[in-house]
Amino acid sequence: MPEINHQSPKKDVPAMHYQGRMHALQKELINRWYQDLHGVWENQQGDKKEISARGAVSLMISGNCIELLRAFDLLPIYPEINALQLAIRKQALEYLLKAEEVGYSTDNCGYVKADMAFLLEGASTGLQTRIPKPSLLLCNFVGCNTYIKWFEHLAHFTGAPLFSLDIPFLTSEEPTPDQTAYVMTQIKELIKVLEKISGRKFDIDRLREIVSLSAQAEDYWAKIKDFAKRVPCPFEAYFDSTTMMGPLYVYRGTPEGVKFFQETYREFEEKVKLGIGVVPQERFRVVVEAPPPYPYFKVFRDLFTSWGACSVASTYSCVGGIWEFDFRHDPKDPLGSIARHMLIHNVCNRNYLQRYRQIERYIREWSADALIIHSVKSCRLFSAGHGDMREYFSKTLNIPTLFVESDLEDPRYYSPAQMKNRFDAFFEALEHRKFGKTSQGTAG
Amino acid sequence: MNALAGIINRCGDIVEDVSFAAVREYKQKTGNKALGYFPVYSPVEIFRAAGFLPVGLNGAGNKIEITSADSRFGSFICSIIKSTLELAIKGHLDVLDGMVFYDICDSARNLAYVIERNFSEKMFMDYIHLPQRSNGAAAVSFLSSEYGRIYKKLSEINSTASSTEKLRENITLYNANRRLLRELYRFREKRPHDLATRELYVLMRSGNFLDVQEHNQILSEALKELDGRRLKPKDTVRVIVEGSFCEQPPLELLDIMDSVGYYVVDDDFLIGRRLFERDIPAKGNPIQALAQGYMKNSVSSSVRHDPKRPRVDALLEKIRRHRVQAVIFLYAKFCEPGLFDYVLYKNVLDKEKIPYLFIEFEEKMWTFEKMRMELETFMESLLFEYA
Repeated sequence: MPEINHQSPKKDVPAMHYQGRMHALQKELINRWYQDLHGVWENQQGDKKEISARGAVSLMISGNCIELLRAFDLLPIYPEINALQLAIRKQALEYLLKAEEVGYSTDNCGYVKADMAFLLEGASTGLQTRIPKPSLLLCNFVGCNTYIKWFEHLAHFTGAPLFSLDIPFLTSEEPTPDQTAYVMTQIKELIKVLEKISGRKFDIDRLREIVSLSAQAEDYWAKIKDFAKRVPCPFEAYFDSTTMMGPLYVYRGTPEGVKFFQETYREFEEKVKLGIGVVPQERFRVVVEAPPPYPYFKVFRDLFTSWGACSVASTYSCVGGIWEFDFRHDPKDPLGSIARHMLIHNVCNRNYLQRYRQIERYIREWSADALIIHSVKSCRLFSAGHGDMREYFSKTLNIPTLFVESDLEDPRYYSPAQMKNRFDAFFEALEHRKFGKTSQGTAG
Repeated sequence: MNALAGIINRCGDIVEDVSFAAVREYKQKTGNKALGYFPVYSPVEIFRAAGFLPVGLNGAGNKIEITSADSRFGSFICSIIKSTLELAIKGHLDVLDGMVFYDICDSARNLAYVIERNFSEKMFMDYIHLPQRSNGAAAVSFLSSEYGRIYKKLSEINSTASSTEKLRENITLYNANRRLLRELYRFREKRPHDLATRELYVLMRSGNFLDVQEHNQILSEALKELDGRRLKPKDTVRVIVEGSFCEQPPLELLDIMDSVGYYVVDDDFLIGRRLFERDIPAKGNPIQALAQGYMKNSVSSSVRHDPKRPRVDALLEKIRRHRVQAVIFLYAKFCEPGLFDYVLYKNVLDKEKIPYLFIEFEEKMWTFEKMRMELETFMESLLFEYA
């Protein structure tokens, strides 16, 4: 366990640009994925026959089984990534309003609304590429009920075939044999469907290779997360982890994915050796719960950085999988480990109290000073009950807890001035608690 | 007061009583335990066979003030989540020995665990995963294992022996209950002027708090009495109401629909009480029969995903079957499953040129003027524009 520096360093910090090799590599990979999807779209238009006739399959992030798609050389389409890209590029509002025109409620998940309006408009992505029509809608119901509705809507409006992968919710630490058997049967059914749409025979050895590549990337990812236990923390385990989630879900099971995490690991390893933190003077270490406000991603990050606060762990970075507690895909048991990944090793399919335990573990093992709960209106999976979570951490465990509300997609729910006031007030109090003195003037 | 009015008044009192006096009375009389279940569907036969009185929880309407639960669940969470927690915080649910939740939506799932954390000393909590896919051998087999698991757990808690016979007896009793409810709905469809929406509703919902044998008796008597009722038919519009499958609208809102002049000939209020289209076989393996019933014999619902049976088709079929002029969508504010479904329904009804009205309610609401106006305006448009 690293020693925490209880000296209060100065908190005047220069403006941050949050760049590094990892960010450049991530951008390159995500751009390439968008180009690949565009290639599939062009091929569907029937005017560029030379482009590979690969198919693309829509699936959701939580506990995603990308390895199975890779085994059939199918590209993933992640509607959630599309939605977050719209938000981070500040294009979401336009689509949200269009969705409301066709009947979506202001109270429905903004991700679904933005993505559906984008689809109905037949729009181009921020990279001027197109998203192809999926060969299959793979509704991997892993915890989030909204996924089901999202995929029903995609099926209604695209006419694409829908396969539902029903993952029983995890009510205890280990799934029951019946739950596991149910998932295994469905995986086998899915393989038959994938064989049909891809025109390829299933090859278990090919899947073993893919799963082995997944495990290598997961190893690096777990070690990267472990770096966040160091003081100072070499990367932002909320914001930077969000950036790394793209390659983790799109490129898991590929050599490119392994390379990305290997190079990122080396970049952070170097920073650890040199004692360089992601914030110049690390004063506070926090754990963050729930997704970020994508329309204000950098503004929100600045609220942390301006106080010398660094996230050392986050639950949101575990939506697609939890690898920091030893789980790896297993080439010796590829299908079994895919089932375990969906059932147990992702934050969405674990129950609400298991999330409390996970956060407690983060606070203890990653030596955090506080918990920040960013409750997003869109996502009830995360947010329903956040008041109870605050009560538990602040009153029962006596851990300083900041509770703020906005949204992951809809900029109308983010109030910059109010959010800043809440953060400033919280960090002032935390400063007093940690360093035993009050702030000199306002931060940032 | 005639016999029918007496029955309906008693049912109304039971429905509006948030102290659960009927459940307390039953427990005192029988010494049995009580098991609360959250919407939408629940395999009540299994609970009762294990010696528990199944108690249907559908929030607290506008009968309690939310003073504590809103600090645990945000402002964008539907009322039933908060009123259920408020009932627990205020001690009204102390009458229950346990509670069961299902995978109907993300808020309900998290509520299950908030209840567990805060009330585990008073009651146990269980969570049943109802399959979200088309029927098939794997889903039926998995659901059978879920039902087997809960039956074993409840039997152990109650120290009762597992009994196939008991399960079959309960299937028979609840088949009778569902048949009586179907009969009431058929009556309503044929003679809507002789049975008000609220009357049918309280007759049905009182079953949430009574033992099924008593409820069957009440429904039989009500049907007998109704047969002799001869009220004057009104010049009205036949509609179906869709959307209130979980959180329930205030009774006042049902009265307004009647008074504005709608005949609600079908609805999805408390749809879990009458999910099955046909009787469940009371022979063979009862656990498997119930699982098959859920997977193969249930009506369309917003919380049951079946890629092979899109909900829009089921709605169109319902509209045609009942020969209604319009649909009133009655959704609870912040209800994710319902509000999502509305988009697809709207899309299809627009294409089919079937008129509809969208209304959002909250169970805790107590002023209805805006809704009355919306319902009246829609009625006028039906009478003049679509006529």
